Amino acid sequence: MSSPVEDVTRPASDEPFLVVDDLTVKFPTADGLVHAVTGLSYSVEMGKTLGIVGESGSGKSVSSMAVVGLHDAKRTHISGSIRVGGTEIIGLSEQRMRRLRGNEMAMIFQDALAALHPFYRVGAQLAEGYLAHHPDATKRDANAKAVAMLDRVGIPQPDQRARDYPHQFSGGMRQRAMIAMALINDPKLLFADEPTTALDVTVQAQILDLLQDLQRDFGSAIVFITHDLGVIAEMADDVLVMYGGRAVELGSCAAVMSKPQMPYTWGLLESIPELVSDTTKRLLPIPGTPPSLLHPPTGCPFHPRCRFTGDVPGDLCERELPDLVPGLEGASHLRRCHLRNPAETMANAAARKEV
Amino acid sequence: MAPPPETASDVGTSTDSGSSWSSNGKPLLEVKDLVKYFPVKSAGLMRRVVGQVQAVDGVSFTVNKGESLGLVGESGCGKTTTGRVLTKLYEPTSGSIMLDGTDLAPLSPKQMMPFRKDVQMIFQDPYTSLNPRHTVGAIVGTPLRVHSVVPRDKVLPRVQELLELVGLNPEHYNRYPNEFSGGQRQRIGIARALALQPKLMIADEPVSALDVSIQAQVINLLEDLQKEFEIAVLFIAHDLAVVRHFCPKIAVMYLGKIVEVGDRESIYGNAHHPYTQALLSAIPDVKQAQIGGRRERIHLEGDVPSPINPPSGCRFRTRCWKAQEICATQEPPLVQIGKEGHLAACHFAEPYDSAIHDAAKAQREAAKAS
Repeated sequence: MSSPVEDVTRPASDEPFLVVDDLTVKFPTADGLVHAVTGLSYSVEMGKTLGIVGESGSGKSVSSMAVVGLHDAKRTHISGSIRVGGTEIIGLSEQRMRRLRGNEMAMIFQDALAALHPFYRVGAQLAEGYLAHHPDATKRDANAKAVAMLDRVGIPQPDQRARDYPHQFSGGMRQRAMIAMALINDPKLLFADEPTTALDVTVQAQILDLLQDLQRDFGSAIVFITHDLGVIAEMADDVLVMYGGRAVELGSCAAVMSKPQMPYTWGLLESIPELVSDTTKRLLPIPGTPPSLLHPPTGCPFHPRCRFTGDVPGDLCERELPDLVPGLEGASHLRRCHLRNPAETMANAAARKEV
Repeated sequence: MAPPPETASDVGTSTDSGSSWSSNGKPLLEVKDLVKYFPVKSAGLMRRVVGQVQAVDGVSFTVNKGESLGLVGESGCGKTTTGRVLTKLYEPTSGSIMLDGTDLAPLSPKQMMPFRKDVQMIFQDPYTSLNPRHTVGAIVGTPLRVHSVVPRDKVLPRVQELLELVGLNPEHYNRYPNEFSGGQRQRIGIARALALQPKLMIADEPVSALDVSIQAQVINLLEDLQKEFEIAVLFIAHDLAVVRHFCPKIAVMYLGKIVEVGDRESIYGNAHHPYTQALLSAIPDVKQAQIGGRRERIHLEGDVPSPINPPSGCRFRTRCWKAQEICATQEPPLVQIGKEGHLAACHFAEPYDSAIHDAAKAQREAAKAS
């Protein structure tokens, strides 16, 4: 590669490519300090996909933007450690950050129409990203590369479409163009923030397939952020469930989906109708509303909405924050809950509902 | 009016559930050949009409009293336009909307007035559909005042009753919408729609703007209210799992036309139209991860074509793996297949068979290559 990035990006040991350790993000506002993300830790290996699930305000986007370095340093308090390929991100100068961004990691946003510049042709926007990281490349190379990338993401007649403006693209094609833009410098780490939420299911299926294909070809690590558990189920190897700015459950996709260990995850799974579920049964909603991040609840962030606080002795849930520790299901499945055996308690509740 | 038995207007007149008949034995809502075109005008002074966006093009269906019909399809297929034409927010280009024996289609806004309270709407976006400068009491109370359904001094007690009904604190009538969360706002919208005790409610994507954990609350609320007041609901949504849960009957739209309609079991268990099959296969499902392994998807190419210039014949043919010559020349009628009340508009309607899909796809690709 002709880019002048020094060889700081080689993993020092066999550490996973992305390691987030005890990340805390706070925003000072007129109303007080917003605790957007608190004590978040996770890691992603090359070629793997981590799905981050949570509702709006759970901190899933804020934590990812911290990794890509998109927060305004003057208005954000970030602490903890983020290592991308062995490089510590936090405290890195904007200049160094810019070299990493695009080269080592890139981000796909939800709203492609807002993320693409309306006044520049799609091809030119792609080429600009390539030129920024390949100073030796000519404009002609960059344009050729842009067309090749558009072709790779499945845009028909890429050489002509590269001369179109974003508004001339359909929603699915815009999303493809943005994926092409993110991948033009072969980043090793890709953040996809609700990349298919604005799309129709048939187009969503196309984009999900495309991302899986690209991951197979490039071996990149993907962090996939969404509130749609179905999409996570299709895409992710591992799942991180966030609530109120904290990780509340972390494990392999199959384990979290089939044996949730935390009442919030369980509640999410119970509250969505499925294509095969019994339609005479009522949905079991999670009561209440998401917590305020200005004044997070004491103890477990989920306790005001949890059905199972009565199963925990005393007022432990209100007083004490449970640690994110392995449950009974094995060391790789972490959960933040005071229940001794959440799976059993929740299975009993589900059985009661069916009676 | 006695429509021939094989047209779409016959949908749902079967008595399988046995409960959903209005007093005169007719369905509550009978939509027939509903058409809504939007003119496309040229730039410049003359503003000549240069084309028509065929948003809804000959849609027929019926909804019985207290029943819900789900309307699904991709964006741009005309499901929202259909809902808006039914409330006469848009004037229909042609066709009839029989509501309890009255055709709403030709009515002027003034003539429409007494019927407005029978058809109410719940909107998708709880942020833009409530006036930020009005209190909740004013928002929910306005329909009561406009239609003078209760004496002026009884408006407030009725508003509080409605707020309680949708699970909000009746003491909050003096608050403004910005003091409520998204789910609570949607409840305000539901209370407003409920105020006039409508016979038909049009719910246009009522939960898609809400967080997953809140969606179930609102769906359960709608279910309870529908049962309690026997309101018919036209449930417009793109989330097929939610529609399956809520609606015993489902109509699938594509580019302004209904391509398949039937009861829940027919659509989700035995879909015959390739578009329905593709739509169902595209939904990511949690169950997949629980049992491990991934399901085979039907890959639809490209996007929905422009409704200004829709494909000839069958409108789905440009994305269909089964398309033959006949599909380009003849538009398939919506006819009954198998079970009563299960209709599909396809020349090659049959249950999905992956072998046929793969073979047809391979053949088409080979033809394209040569």
